[in-house]
Parts: sequence; C-alpha cells; structure tokens
Amino acid sequence: MREIVATSAMRMLTELLEQKTGQVLSESRLWRLETALGPVMRARAIHSLEALGEAVQADASGGLATHVVDALLNNETSFFRDAHIFAMIGNALIPEAIARTQAQGREPTLRIWCAGCSTGQEAWSLAMLFENGRARWPDWRLEILATDISHSAIARAQSGIVPQIEAQRGLPVSEMLRWMEPEGDDWRIGPALRGKVDFRRDNLIDPKVPSGYYDLILCRNVLLYFTPERKRDLFSVLARHSAPGGWLLLGAGETTIDLTTDFAACPDHRGAYRRVDPA
Amino acid sequence: MKNCLVVDDSKVIRKVARHILESLDITVSEACDGREALSQCQSSDPDVVLLDWNMPVMSGMEFLQQLNATRSSRPKVIFCTTENGLGHIKAALDAGADEYVMKPFDRDTLESKLQIVGVL
Ligand SMILES: C[S@@+](CC[C@H](N)C(=O)[O-])C[C@H]1O[C@@H](n2cnc3c(N)ncnc32)[C@H](O)[C@@H]1O
Repeated sequence: MREIVATSAMRMLTELLEQKTGQVLSESRLWRLETALGPVMRARAIHSLEALGEAVQADASGGLATHVVDALLNNETSFFRDAHIFAMIGNALIPEAIARTQAQGREPTLRIWCAGCSTGQEAWSLAMLFENGRARWPDWRLEILATDISHSAIARAQSGIVPQIEAQRGLPVSEMLRWMEPEGDDWRIGPALRGKVDFRRDNLIDPKVPSGYYDLILCRNVLLYFTPERKRDLFSVLARHSAPGGWLLLGAGETTIDLTTDFAACPDHRGAYRRVDPA
Repeated sequence: MKNCLVVDDSKVIRKVARHILESLDITVSEACDGREALSQCQSSDPDVVLLDWNMPVMSGMEFLQQLNATRSSRPKVIFCTTENGLGHIKAALDAGADEYVMKPFDRDTLESKLQIVGVL
C-alpha cells in the first residue's frame, strides 16, 4: 500500500464525493484519486488536482462536480455476479414470493428493486433469469426498477450497450446469444429484454424514485464505503420499501449486524435477509 | 488441482493465459497448434482446453472435431479467439464447444468462464 498524505485539493474532492453520495474514500485509497480523475482532467486540459479543485469550485453549474463524482464512483459489476445468489433467487426466492403474493390475493406481479445497479448487468441478469424460468410462472409479470447515482452508469444502462469485454464477464455464451445482439465491436441487449428494466438515476441517501413495496431488493456492493450512520439510514430506506416478508440481498461481506433490526438473516437462504414484521 | 491445456500459436497469449490460470490454482500445459494439442490430450488428459481458432498446422475447429471423434469423455473446451463474429460463435457451439471467450479478455472473464463450465 502506498502512503499518501492528503493535500487540501484531495480533501476537497473526497468531501465532495461523500457529500453527494455518502461514499467515503479512505486514506488508503487516495492514490486512486489521480488515476480515476485523469480522463476528466485531460478532457478539460487541467493539469493538477489543485487546479481541478479550483475549477470545481468556480463552476456554478455543478456540471464539473457531477463528472468528478461519477469518475470517483466504483462501478464494478458483472452479469450474474456471485452466481449462487442468482441460483437462489431463481430456485427459491421467486417461487416463494409468488406463493406469498398468491396467498395474499394480490395480482400476479413481482417487483424487484436493484439499488445501486451500476451499468445494468445485475438488473439484466434478473430479467434473463425470470424469462428463462417462464415455464414455471407463465402468468406472472416482473417489474424491475434499477437505480444508481451515477449519470454515466445509468446512461449506459439505458442504452443497453455492453462493451465486449464486459458482455462475456459472468455471462454464459449461450445466454449472450439468446439475449444480446452484436453492435459494432460491442453487444446490445436485444429487443426481448429491452423495456423489461426501468433504469433511473437516483441517490440512495436522498431517494426520490422508489414507490410502494418491493418483493426483493438487491443492494449489493454499495454499502461498502458508507459510514455506519449512512448504512443505518439506508437500511431504513430499504425497509420502508420492502414488502412484508420481502427479501434483501447484500454483497458478499456486507452485513446488517449492528446496523438494522428491520431485516434478519434468513436461515433457509444463506445470504438473504428477510424483512422483519414491524411489531 | 485442475489442469488446463492452452492452445495458441502466440507465445504472448500463452504466457498471459498461464499467468491468469496459475493465479487461479490451475496447472497449465501448452501447445502451439491443434495437432500438438491432440497428442497432449492423449498423454496428459487435461480438465479444460483453452483453444485459439486460427493456428498453423491444425486449426482450433479441426482440433475440436477430431477430439469429438476420438474421445468419448473429453475435456471441456473454451474457444479463446479474435473471431468475434456471430457466425463463428454459433459454429463453435454447434461443434460442441462449451464456452467462448472473445479476445481481448481479462482475468475476471476467464475466471467466470471456468466457473460456468464447472472447472472452478
Ligand atoms: C460496485 S457497484 C455495484 C453494482 C451492482 N450492485 C453489483 O453488485 O454488481 C456500486 C454502485 O453503487 C452506486 N452508488 C454509490 N453510492 C450511491 C448512492 N448514494 N446512491 C445510489 N447509488 C450509489 C455506484 O454509482 C455504483 O454504480
């Protein structure tokens, strides 16, 4: 690990990130700053972090700040990331959610919210999974809302374009052929899936978008860099939008322990948390 | 430990693949063309073959066809090629390839494809 002493420009830029997104860039990750911001700086012929900091402050429109924040977010994702989680969703969570919805006499629609969806692969994986299992739930509809704070990630998700190197990450080639089509050197989500996911830009620390209740919420690999207070706030947001008995899925290594009592680890389904009935 | 045979006429690609595979705890052997790969499959019985398409002496496709003809239980075959067109991908799957990696590729891609074919 390289030791880096934070300059005031570095501090200003990381504070901007935290204020806008809740994401904390720890001292040990400061070295990433200059690399991550390289493209933003080059595009504007800005030669130092100090000059970038000044330009952000001088730009009243906030446009530059948005680019800086987007560049500092970690958007890493892939299709069917942690494949066993998706197997569990298809084999257990969807069938149980269907049974529960039927028992409650509700219409045959399941609702999923991908909170922090990055460039869309997680949401597309869910849409593929649901369509692949069609024969098991012929009369059911799936609504997927997918939100992320990053302008650039949501723009890409909405375009349906997936660069070649990402199109094959986690995705069996047979699925790629079934659901995607070549677009120049890249791939594009095909017409059978397009329209199955509603991508919106939204901030989890000040959310506007989700409405009503979701049978399943995925908030994976988002919490990692939040402070404990932010995590607690976020869990209350997720709890507010979770259907009674609904599930929450977190990333590997993320936990609810000491952060919320609204969700409890689900002994039957490793890695899933269930919404606890409000007393 | 699983064993992967890397078949590619490019020394650089073989080296990159070896580096990634070894970091995933997979033992690596190498061949520069399809014919050499066939004889290595006889002697060393790999779990998976990472297979280039265009090579001198014998192409990846010819290798796969001969492998299908001569062996009842054969290793998993993952094409790894710059032939990124739909036609090639479909032809490979029709010929029985288990997976397809389009070059350029990275560690995450290779790791996920090895998981998909059940080698990891
Ligand atoms: C590492 S990605 C994970 C993507 C996907 N969930 C997965 O697990 O593959 C984390 C995403 O969370 C988003 N994010 C971070 N802070 C956020 C916030 N306050 N509101 C909404 N999204 C946020 C980032 O932009 C990024 O796209």
